Amino acid sequence: MVLPDTEKIRFDLQIIGSTIEPESKVLDLGCGSGDLLAWLEKNKNVQCTGIEQDKEKAAHCIARGLSVLQGDLNEEVDDYPSSSFDYVILSQTLQQVFEPAKLLRSLARIGKKVIVSFPNFSHYSIRLQLLLSGRAPKSDQLPYSWYDTPNIRVITLKDFRKFSRDVGYTIVKEIAINTNPASSAGHIVHLFTDLRATYGIYIIEKTAIN
Amino acid sequence: MNRAADYNNSSVGRVEKQYYSFAHPPDRLLLESGAELGPVTIAYETYGTLSREKDNCILVTHAFSGDSHAAGYYQDEGKGEKPGWWDAMIGPDKGIDTDKYFVICPNILGSCMGSTGPGSDNPETAGPYGLDFPMVTIGDMVTAQKALLDHLGIAQLHTVVGGSIGGMQVLEWCIRYPEMVRAAIPIATTMRHSALAIAFNEIARQSIMADPNWNDGNYYGMARPDMGLAVARMVGHVTYLSDEAMRRKFGRRLQDKKNFSFGFDADFQIESYLRHQGTKFVHRFDANSVLYITKASDYFDVVESMNRSGPLNDIHQGKIKYLIVSYTSDWLYPTYQAKELIKTLKRTGQNVSFCEIEADCGHDAFLIPDDRLSNLIGGFLNGIA
Repeated sequence: MVLPDTEKIRFDLQIIGSTIEPESKVLDLGCGSGDLLAWLEKNKNVQCTGIEQDKEKAAHCIARGLSVLQGDLNEEVDDYPSSSFDYVILSQTLQQVFEPAKLLRSLARIGKKVIVSFPNFSHYSIRLQLLLSGRAPKSDQLPYSWYDTPNIRVITLKDFRKFSRDVGYTIVKEIAINTNPASSAGHIVHLFTDLRATYGIYIIEKTAIN
Repeated sequence: MNRAADYNNSSVGRVEKQYYSFAHPPDRLLLESGAELGPVTIAYETYGTLSREKDNCILVTHAFSGDSHAAGYYQDEGKGEKPGWWDAMIGPDKGIDTDKYFVICPNILGSCMGSTGPGSDNPETAGPYGLDFPMVTIGDMVTAQKALLDHLGIAQLHTVVGGSIGGMQVLEWCIRYPEMVRAAIPIATTMRHSALAIAFNEIARQSIMADPNWNDGNYYGMARPDMGLAVARMVGHVTYLSDEAMRRKFGRRLQDKKNFSFGFDADFQIESYLRHQGTKFVHRFDANSVLYITKASDYFDVVESMNRSGPLNDIHQGKIKYLIVSYTSDWLYPTYQAKELIKTLKRTGQNVSFCEIEADCGHDAFLIPDDRLSNLIGGFLNGIA
């Protein structure tokens, strides 16, 4: 199988990939078809592991030579020794997690740095939809109706900043981006990120206790 | 599947069973129990070509009633002949590609398919061993395989792969000779038998030992305990299937009749199927071997040794790349047992991949041709540096 080129993987994964140090150890939670892992192995010589719930996707990853465990990410993260990974990545999954604080604590235990990305619910188009139509907003990033969405939470950039502080994390880096789901194109947003970013990417680590 | 086309295009073709004998007295093989055994013969087959660097060898370890005949045919044209038991997996362009890899499949110690077992001649009495054959463990089977590889001059295994009791041998290889193993594929297996698995094995053994022909294992050259062995196989078959598979294949359908016989003939198709499997088995397998191999699998328990193994326990050990496969309908070694193995491997710093395959065929699913398993194994093998 031909591995994807830099340009081909999702834009948010390109940004996440660019922040990862070469030769490091990475765990990608909800790794899907393994595009980010394959890119990291090829371009940064990273030791990768993925966890994916979907059996067919997990099998696809293994068949392309990646180390991937099929299973529930909430359970699978528990068995690794502390600091097993340099980075643990949770991309576009936080909005579907039942116990985010518990999961983040587990991730900070097994990873030195945790990278989290999620769709930004405070994007201006979402604010306008609710204001003008009075109905639960839908967007390219969050396309579901209230009754069929897998996204059990809505998160804004501001919410996440406060949440990470409250559960004991320091934000090492925040990257706000504007891109569409599954798109390889996009750009980094520098001004008015809360309003203009469709996704937020955060690199966090446990706040050192003195 | 078109057998002829299959034979021509993707078969390893004609193969031959080979034998290696070692541990000739007084240099007998020391067994885990402390007993000694010798001479020891291991039957084996090879497919593909060993590379000049001797780095492309895949060891295939077989299940309980399997043998060294994993692929290909014994006769030239293969007409009317069933190919080896994993022919769907092993061959040119198959999951285990014999254009790339050199495959060895040895028959296990204690079996009756060419390797030394209870039916072999005891050098001390000139008759078959019977119950004088010492108890052998899964570890002893692996030690004997190591002797074969030494004899063949193979010091590195690209991969060890096997299902069920074959998977137990895979785990023993990783514990006993981690420096030799780059990758391991334990399929539909466990680190130790559950009470359920031991229970079914005990029923199988009791059924053999209750047959008057068994005669404390001394039946060679006389009437054999066929009835006991057949019933043992029937029990085994039930554990290899699943509720779903039996409902789909047999349901409550009757065999060649419209009404109940109101007697003890085989009315139901499932009865007739089990009788057929039982009868078939007595023609090719030795009852004493069933006793020894089932007991070896019941004794098997690598929970502690797996926990003590691996790069996090021993910095001199390299990582072994594992692919663990379980099946949704396997009730003999259910997925929770595969998950226990995965937990152990994570804790000990091994590189582990896992996939549970949806299949209603039960424990035996890995023996049934399935592109999903072939693709999984083929891709995994490709990814091993």
